[in-house]
Amino acid sequence: MKKFTTALVGIAGIALASNAMADGHGGSTLKQVQDKGFIQCGVSQGLPGFSNADDSGNWAGLDVDLCRAVAAAVFGDASKVKYSPLSAKQRFTALSSGEVDILSRNTTWTMTRDTQLGLNFAGVNYYDGQGMMVPKALGATSATQLDGANICTNTGTTTELNITDYFRQNGMSFNLVAFEKADEVVAAYDAGRCDVYTTDRSGLAAQRGKLTNPDAHVVLPEIISKEPLGPVVRQGDDQWFNIVRWSLNAMINAEEMGISSANVGDMMSSDNPAVKRLLGTEGKFGEELGISNDWAMNIISQVGNYGESYEKHVGENTPLKLARGVNALWSNGGILYAAPIR
Amino acid sequence: MRPNKSFLLTLIYDARYRSITFQVLLLLSIIFGIWWVVDNTVTNLAAQNKGVGFGFLTQTSGFQISPTLGTWLFGYEVGKSSYLEVYYIGIVNTFIVAFFGIFAATILGFTLGIMRLSQNFIFRAFSTVYIEIGRNVPLLVQLFFWYFAVLRTLPSRREKVELIPDVMGINITGLYIPRAMPEEGFSLTLYAFLIACGITWFTSRWAKKRQQRTGQIFPMFWAGVGILLGLPLVVFLVTGSPLTWEYPVFAETGPLLKRGYQAGAGVLVIPEMLAVWFALSIYTAAFIAEIVRAGIVAVPKGQTEASSALGIKKNYALRLVIIPQAMRIIIPPLTSQYLNLTKNSSLAVAIAYPELVSVFAGTALNQVGREIEMIFMTMAVYLTFSIVTAIFMNWFNARVKLVER
Ligand SMILES: N[C@@H](CCC(=O)N[C@@H](CS)C(=O)NCC(=O)O)C(=O)O
Repeated sequence: MKKFTTALVGIAGIALASNAMADGHGGSTLKQVQDKGFIQCGVSQGLPGFSNADDSGNWAGLDVDLCRAVAAAVFGDASKVKYSPLSAKQRFTALSSGEVDILSRNTTWTMTRDTQLGLNFAGVNYYDGQGMMVPKALGATSATQLDGANICTNTGTTTELNITDYFRQNGMSFNLVAFEKADEVVAAYDAGRCDVYTTDRSGLAAQRGKLTNPDAHVVLPEIISKEPLGPVVRQGDDQWFNIVRWSLNAMINAEEMGISSANVGDMMSSDNPAVKRLLGTEGKFGEELGISNDWAMNIISQVGNYGESYEKHVGENTPLKLARGVNALWSNGGILYAAPIR
Repeated sequence: MRPNKSFLLTLIYDARYRSITFQVLLLLSIIFGIWWVVDNTVTNLAAQNKGVGFGFLTQTSGFQISPTLGTWLFGYEVGKSSYLEVYYIGIVNTFIVAFFGIFAATILGFTLGIMRLSQNFIFRAFSTVYIEIGRNVPLLVQLFFWYFAVLRTLPSRREKVELIPDVMGINITGLYIPRAMPEEGFSLTLYAFLIACGITWFTSRWAKKRQQRTGQIFPMFWAGVGILLGLPLVVFLVTGSPLTWEYPVFAETGPLLKRGYQAGAGVLVIPEMLAVWFALSIYTAAFIAEIVRAGIVAVPKGQTEASSALGIKKNYALRLVIIPQAMRIIIPPLTSQYLNLTKNSSLAVAIAYPELVSVFAGTALNQVGREIEMIFMTMAVYLTFSIVTAIFMNWFNARVKLVER
């Protein structure tokens, strides 16, 4: 019996080793994605407006649209995406270990993350800043009055670091209570464990609806940091990086050129050369990326341009009611500016 | 070709060689497996421009950590303390909940286990219900239950419930207890305590020998208590009571955010720690109770009958005959419950208690991105805790088990 077991274990070991060998990653992400037939997209565990699943498990949001855009570009089908909900703490490990192909989860572009984690940020799809929310009953009107506050936030975020900087810089004391999941942060703040809830302002707007009495809280005027949020990929695969970056650029350029999901069919016959290049009726821009030439056309017809996606998920007519502000096109007084397709 | 082939077949079919063949194959595949993992890791890390190294440990950390035993011991300060200190803080905080958790779970578990065997219906029913709930509700759910139960029942930050007026109180920010402030000369009391321990040990040895020789019983328990408390107390009083207490301070007035218990006065036990401690103790106690019951039931009834036939009093029979035999059944599974409790403490990250997995393998890992090194260091801590617990319990087992003569 013992000898039999030994033999069995030995064979199993060899089988496992050779099997695992075939699994080892490295090489082209595009090729892998095409082989498996879908994109594995890392999203949040539920942040309304950005990445949130409805009752039947369909994901939607501004960050989700980015993954859908990449799927439309690669497969001509925006629905070929599978989602992995990740906490702030897990996200980078999930990306660098190859568990997800893109991380599109309200993630701030910082130098450390860009240079030390072996990752690359492919652009910015929402310019944000960190804010603070307090119960109205506290009577605070400015963050400078918060000396001695208990503050709830998420672990593994820039939020944790910014709030620490802000309080140190202003010579104020505070106590940080950092949870792994956003839902627990909200629940603890709601129960009164903390005087302050801090995260990205978009996050505050999104999470507010989860409080027992959303109207009993105010967001203080101070914006204490820059939080450029954007999609992230693994370092070392320039082709994949370019596909993600240009999928985002295509959405922004489409808005600038006035191409939307509603009129993209008509635009196909436009004779504006810039439009023709974007929609693939002129040039071989898609092929240079390793995908088809109608990549951007597919993005626009299936996902929409940036403005459409924004209004649908986080704009004035959604519960989040976020004004375009700095996220408007540069030509409309914002800072959204995509490199041209030429 | 032919002889060669038959040689290979002999290696498999000949009973003399077969086991060796497979063991060699196994060894080779293990070596190959390890090499493959290491090689892949190095290649993948290189592909991502990431190296391997422990240099990050000296970098300073830029995040705040809740006030806990660890941050207090290491005087944690954002921007000054290093990641190495964050690691130590995590270890201390894990250790302290594990320690108190094991302590409370043991007492609670033994009590419930014995209650479950009681003649009294209420005791038995209570214990049964407790054990079934405790064992069957997942620990994470219990953790959330206790945390939010604790939070929702406590008064707000600007109010308090006084457990001992002006000495000890609690609100949603935590439990505030007095801090002992030793003054000069207090160390003499500590030395006195050490000496008292020594005296007790020698006395108990002497008492045992005398009992074996003459049959005379010495009231060792009370003598021990007397020596252990008496000697340090006398020294303490003679040296002029060199110990003061710093009490928590509660401000009723002033700016809203400054009201409530004041930071830095007394000792603060954060509600996250209380919830983790409750949940771990209550959950593990349910398992310990079953182990204790099994241990006692497993001692044959004849042992009790034989004891009473010899005229041994009932409580002596329990202490000298039943328990020692039950113990050798109880201790091995008890040890694994202790190990489970320690490892389960890592779930505390869910409710913001800054233990090792939360601050080091969580927040710090996210800042420096050294997954392999940091997870390795974290695993090393749990492994060490486990080994130390196991060694201690084995030693304890060897002491209490029946020594066969
Ligand atoms: N932008 C920040 C913070 C991102 C973050 O994790 N925010 C929280 C609060 S808005 C969140 O997304 N929670 C949703 C979740 O955990 O799934 C970062 O990249 O570090």
